[in-house]
Amino acid sequence: MAVEAGCYNFGLAMARATQEASSIPPEVLARYEPVIGLETHVQLKTATKIFCACSARFGDPPNRNTCPVCLGLPGALPVLNRRALELAVKAALALHCTVEERSRFARKNYFYPDLPKGYQISMYELPLATRGWLEIEHDGKTKRIGITRLHLEDDAAKGMHEGFPDSDRNTYIDFNRGGVPLIEIVSEPDIRSPEEAHAYLTALKQILLYTEVSDCNMEEGSLRCDANVSVRRHGEQNFGTKTEVKNLNSFRYLVHALEYEIERQVQTLESGGTIAQETRLWNVAAGRTEPMRSKEYAHDYRYFPEPDLLPVHATKAMLARVRAEMPELPAARRARFVRDYGITPYDAGVLTATRELADYFEQTVRAGAAAKTASNWIQTELLRRLNASGEEIAASRIRPEALAELIALVERGEVTAASGKAIFAKMFETGKPAGRIAAEDGHRQIQDAGEIERACREVIKKNPDQTAKYRAGNEGVFKFLVGQVMRATRGQANPQVVNEALRRLLAAK
Amino acid sequence: MSASPNASAGAAPPAGSTAWTVAGIRRALESRKVSARELTKDYYARIERENPRLNAFLALSPDRAYSQADAIDAKIARGEPLPPLAGVPAALKDVLDTRGTETTAGSRILKGYVPPYDATAIERLDRAGAIFLGKTNCDEFAMGSSNENSAFGPVHNPVALDRVPGGSSGGSAAAVAAGLAVVALGTDTGGSIRQPGALCGVPGMMPTYGRVSRYGLIAFASSLDRIGPFASTVEDVARVLEVIAGRDPLDATSADHPVPSYSAGLDAPVKGLRLGIPAEYFAEGLDPAIRQKIEAGIGLLKQLGCVPTPIAMPHTAYAIPTYYLIATAEASSNLARFDGVRYGLRVPGATLGEMYRKTRGAGFGPEVKRRIMLGTYALSAGYYDAFYLKAQKVRTLIKGDFDRAFQQVDLILTPTSPVTAFRLGERTEDPLAMYLADIYTVTGSLAGVTGISLPCGKVCGTLPVGLQVIGPHFEEGRVLRLARAFEAAGGFEL
Repeated sequence: MAVEAGCYNFGLAMARATQEASSIPPEVLARYEPVIGLETHVQLKTATKIFCACSARFGDPPNRNTCPVCLGLPGALPVLNRRALELAVKAALALHCTVEERSRFARKNYFYPDLPKGYQISMYELPLATRGWLEIEHDGKTKRIGITRLHLEDDAAKGMHEGFPDSDRNTYIDFNRGGVPLIEIVSEPDIRSPEEAHAYLTALKQILLYTEVSDCNMEEGSLRCDANVSVRRHGEQNFGTKTEVKNLNSFRYLVHALEYEIERQVQTLESGGTIAQETRLWNVAAGRTEPMRSKEYAHDYRYFPEPDLLPVHATKAMLARVRAEMPELPAARRARFVRDYGITPYDAGVLTATRELADYFEQTVRAGAAAKTASNWIQTELLRRLNASGEEIAASRIRPEALAELIALVERGEVTAASGKAIFAKMFETGKPAGRIAAEDGHRQIQDAGEIERACREVIKKNPDQTAKYRAGNEGVFKFLVGQVMRATRGQANPQVVNEALRRLLAAK
Repeated sequence: MSASPNASAGAAPPAGSTAWTVAGIRRALESRKVSARELTKDYYARIERENPRLNAFLALSPDRAYSQADAIDAKIARGEPLPPLAGVPAALKDVLDTRGTETTAGSRILKGYVPPYDATAIERLDRAGAIFLGKTNCDEFAMGSSNENSAFGPVHNPVALDRVPGGSSGGSAAAVAAGLAVVALGTDTGGSIRQPGALCGVPGMMPTYGRVSRYGLIAFASSLDRIGPFASTVEDVARVLEVIAGRDPLDATSADHPVPSYSAGLDAPVKGLRLGIPAEYFAEGLDPAIRQKIEAGIGLLKQLGCVPTPIAMPHTAYAIPTYYLIATAEASSNLARFDGVRYGLRVPGATLGEMYRKTRGAGFGPEVKRRIMLGTYALSAGYYDAFYLKAQKVRTLIKGDFDRAFQQVDLILTPTSPVTAFRLGERTEDPLAMYLADIYTVTGSLAGVTGISLPCGKVCGTLPVGLQVIGPHFEEGRVLRLARAFEAAGGFEL
């Protein structure tokens, strides 16, 4: 956990997991090309479990959400949760996969205490969906990463190895998670660097959040990742021997573990060794990948079709139902923002990072704000403050309409840009409307030409030297004089009116 | 041994009847000749008397039985209409989950296990007013053809105590044959209702796959397992079946197919029904005395106007290996949950692996271990295609035999078993010989069709012969209609 705590501001480039691995000279490393494929497990956002009616909620007291089916009691049978199937299909369509007309559940047999039936119900030779792709952006370029397959399965229960008086001797099991619906998404080995892997997982998470297929909460385990990694000399056509690296349960671990594993493989090859095809575990504390003991993974899973469930038929009606609830996906929305709102691709990327943020932006525009202005306010003020306070945009006390009102006040010149920011800060704290804060705190801009002229005369009178310099042709002094007027009006004078009045009065003499 | 189950009963059946039936109980209850409680008490007295010799029951559930009986008696007292199986004493095979009553599947590994829920078929029987006397003995996890694989000792055949009752539902068949229950539920995976029905001389029916929910049936082989009734009469088989049949949202493989009133359709004419007689079922290995009885049975049906027709079922010879590959493969996976972690037996070990090995080593009997090993092998990498996959292909061919046959004929008639009840211990040393006891029943199991075994006379004066009537998917009504005609014409006593 030490790694986690020290790395809040980590950049991808700084991640160097161990001394040992980073001892390879960069030019040696550069001779090799990593080949990476990711297997991602995603918990679906259903109310109930995949094969029974128990709640799928996270965080309930242990073993609250259990029944004969998810406890694997004798005689209990699974029945497929229709919503789980629909969400899996939704994810498949969002990832441009072909949803197979007929797919089938299979049993994956192995013994483990967190697996109550002695088998996992997954899909094997007939997965739900195949042959999709996902676009990632990295280094300013876009690249397609192929999706090999996407299938449904049930999650295992959770072993609780710590925290009990007898934890040195006994393990407890919480079956609340057992039977929660998962999809497994397997990518093609199209990923060529840890950074691309990061970009892939980012893009995948974004799509799954947009489609509301999953809450993608990595801390709660609703998004988990394993990687298949090999390296080869640049130019080599064949793949090298791969290892499977497990336990990559944060973006940070993913990048660290991949960098470590790539360097380990290069070092092994460079020193004349060969890569063993094996499963390795990312050891968070030690910052390295370690081979799992062969017993832990050398399974013959004896897959066979699950006789308790009928084959899954993706009917036209079901596909139509899922398509009808499909939101605009991130890539399409980015493109539309650039096209319709005239903002830069970069800004569009920031504003479409989440569906909620993109919705917020569009609501602000719909409430009358100019797109570019709204984009600036959201990025510079709103996101900065949300980041600082750690809040979600949904919890923001400034609703889009309120932001649009503030923008209008500034645009109409009723408050200065500086006041606008102060008002924003107060809105963010209190949720009060902009107009009221402006009035209460005296932010209203002074438009009255007479009042401004009085202030200007006062400044000219008090600064005879500077006035003389200006009149002698020193243009630089003008800024100083404007500043004095603004100061005298506590920043509330309309700067344009000040400019005009000052020039007129200075020229008059 | 009392051949007539009611000979010494405290609550005698109505005059003119030889035993209690569903309809007879109903009449007696309605006319207040007997109460459900009296009837229940009487059956427990019979069980107390007979069970030590038969070992048909593993556990009794008097608390539940008397509370069910009292509920029926209360209805009668209030003059309320009675449910279809009101007051009918029933025996339940121990692979069926019963809330609050120990359910072991005949295995040491589940000794002491009390399910928190009723199987769907059990729940439906309960709602229909049946009285649950207790749980019947069976081969461990329904794996066997003689009941000798029970961890709790074999069942003795009521017709000859030194002989097996057949299996695996031997306890249920014996309970009905000995008059210790009016009806019973069994399960049939490769013949486990029909074969003990034949060997004990009672009708026993395997419904179509999907006809009766499997929810709460402790799985042996999921794609083959069925729940079905035993009774003394065809009418009572029909009455139980129509209660337990029908779609169940808890079993994805249960069919959404209408359930007719089987009992109401029993007496429709059978004249003109074409009966397929497959030569493959009358070949070498069939006891000539059985053959004679079956042929007499067919002759009787011919007299009733049915039309026996020779048919060919060319893939019959492959049924036994096919069945034993598929059933064991599924069993190897289904029995993985008995791991000592959550319920049942746990033998401690120094490591997790040792706990698993010791628990399963001590908890499972030799036949169950043999099948788990066979099935594990059939599913293993490198063997899957040659064994499991090939078996599935042959299963399709066997199903094709039935589909073609049912284009020519309405029903198929065969012996249920090539042998009559054999002596206890006679075949236990030779598992292969034991597997061949299922030779005429596994085909229908693999094809998913429905079948019934009917008593068809006795050989050597005491040993019952079973006639198997097989019908197409969901044609239980047709099978029962023929069975009823056969029974009415005296076929049971041929």
